[in-house]
Amino acid sequence: MTHYRQRRRFVRCVQILTAVLFFGLWEATTRLHILDAFIFSSPSRVLATFIDMARDGTVFYHIGVTLYETLLSFVIVLILGTGIAVILWWNRKAAAICEPYLVVLNSLPKTALAPILIVWLGNNMKTIIVCAVSLAIFNTVIHLYTCFSETDGDKLLLIRTLGGGKKEILSKVILPGSIPSLISNMKANIGLCLVGVIIGEFLAANAGIGYLIIYGSQVFKLSWVIMSIVLLCFIAVGLYALIGLLEKIYQKRL
Amino acid sequence: MEPLLSVDHIDYAYHTLDGETKALDHLSFQVHFNEFLGIIGPSGCGKTTLLSLIFGLLTPEAGRIKIHKALSRNHKMPIGYMLQKDHLLEWRTVYQNVTLGLEINHQMTPGYIKPVEQMLRDYGLDAFKHVRPSQLSGGMRQRAALIRTLAMKPNLLLLDEPFSALDYQTRLNVAEDVYKILRRKHKSAILVTHDISEAISFCDRVIVLSGRPSRVKAQVPIRLSLEEKTPLKARSAKEFKDYFNQLWGELNG
Ligand SMILES: Nc1ncnc2c1ncn2[C@@H]1O[C@H](COP(=O)(O)OP(=O)(O)OP(=O)(O)O)[C@@H](O)[C@H]1O
Ligand SMILES: [Mg+2]
Repeated sequence: MTHYRQRRRFVRCVQILTAVLFFGLWEATTRLHILDAFIFSSPSRVLATFIDMARDGTVFYHIGVTLYETLLSFVIVLILGTGIAVILWWNRKAAAICEPYLVVLNSLPKTALAPILIVWLGNNMKTIIVCAVSLAIFNTVIHLYTCFSETDGDKLLLIRTLGGGKKEILSKVILPGSIPSLISNMKANIGLCLVGVIIGEFLAANAGIGYLIIYGSQVFKLSWVIMSIVLLCFIAVGLYALIGLLEKIYQKRL
Repeated sequence: MEPLLSVDHIDYAYHTLDGETKALDHLSFQVHFNEFLGIIGPSGCGKTTLLSLIFGLLTPEAGRIKIHKALSRNHKMPIGYMLQKDHLLEWRTVYQNVTLGLEINHQMTPGYIKPVEQMLRDYGLDAFKHVRPSQLSGGMRQRAALIRTLAMKPNLLLLDEPFSALDYQTRLNVAEDVYKILRRKHKSAILVTHDISEAISFCDRVIVLSGRPSRVKAQVPIRLSLEEKTPLKARSAKEFKDYFNQLWGELNG
């Protein structure tokens, strides 16, 4: 037990040390003009930029926009994906018809769609949301539909022996039984939605972290770019933790 | 008296891409009120198919299945069907599991709930009402499954090898419990089993089915010289061995 704890403490120490070393070296090399601070920025400059932008609130505005877009597309994927999977499960013929299209759309690199989306939907948030949704939706539908179809046949029989029909099979067995699978899918989706939103913001935005990155690189404010990337790390970890929390709550209820 | 259930010359075949599997062939038998009927037969001869037909999950291709009017009149679920495994749903508590059928049939009324709570108390599950099924022992799970079936107050129970997933000792005990519960509630039952001893000890009459396509090969009324028959006591009755040999002969002859 103590051995185990010791090992964990060691790992944690090395992890922190690595980070300190990395940022320290970065700072030192730019100060000593080994690295060009104009191109590589430096931790102190990034921090200064952040404090600067935090003071007038702009950074929080951009974070808010990206978070809003990510969560909105995530919820759309969740509802739409589950809805479509239910419809396909209910209607096997529709599922058989849709299958090849789903497979193709799922394997298509969705970033290729982004330029078309701008033409179709315009230079606005709609494009960003659709971009993010398109990135995650097909995989969600396929994953959930497979999960629904693979539900233990005896459980379906059980509902029938209790006098239930297809509707009860769906509401009492299929949906509640798919929650763990849905949660693992959500974990993947939150990341995908963030990717989709950033891609969308690269192309069609005047706010958000993706916009900051593109704008910063265009006007050569590398401190902006790097700060945005660091912020993205925090956002990604935060969103993932949020889903983890949901999972914990669900498991505790069990 | 008119029988509780009469199965008249039913035929059933499964149609698949590979062709047709004829499962039942002009099968006929009857079940009387308060009777426990045993059905034994070779593996894959169509026993489960027969229960599905009686319950109404399948429709016979020929012949008919008649339930006594007293049963089908103003009763949603005159027949209860208990599967081989308990299939308790892990995301529901034991209580939510035993009331699943009532929930499905919109019968969550005191008239149905009260007997369920009484059964939970009677069969030693009251303390486990709010735990998950994984915390129950095999025997308790099977009792919970029985309560779930009985909750809808069926008169006739279809039991498809309900004890076969249990280890031997639990199996004897659970069979004893289920027997007493069903007798006390004056239910009728059809018990499908692979186990000849179980059929003799549990049932008033045993039907032996032939191999596929199934027809009734023999009907053996079980009469044991006991004051009060229960599955455990039946095993020590002196006629037990003779019935065993007779049924064994019918099955393998
Ligand atoms: N859905 C199905 N489609 C095609 N054939 C089936 C189907 N269900 C059962 N059968 C076939 O019909 C026959 C009877 O099956 P059934 O399950 O009724 O037998 P059983 O007597 O209950 O078998 P066991 O003793 O193994 O429980 C078997 O040969 C089986 O292969
Ligand atoms: Mg069977």
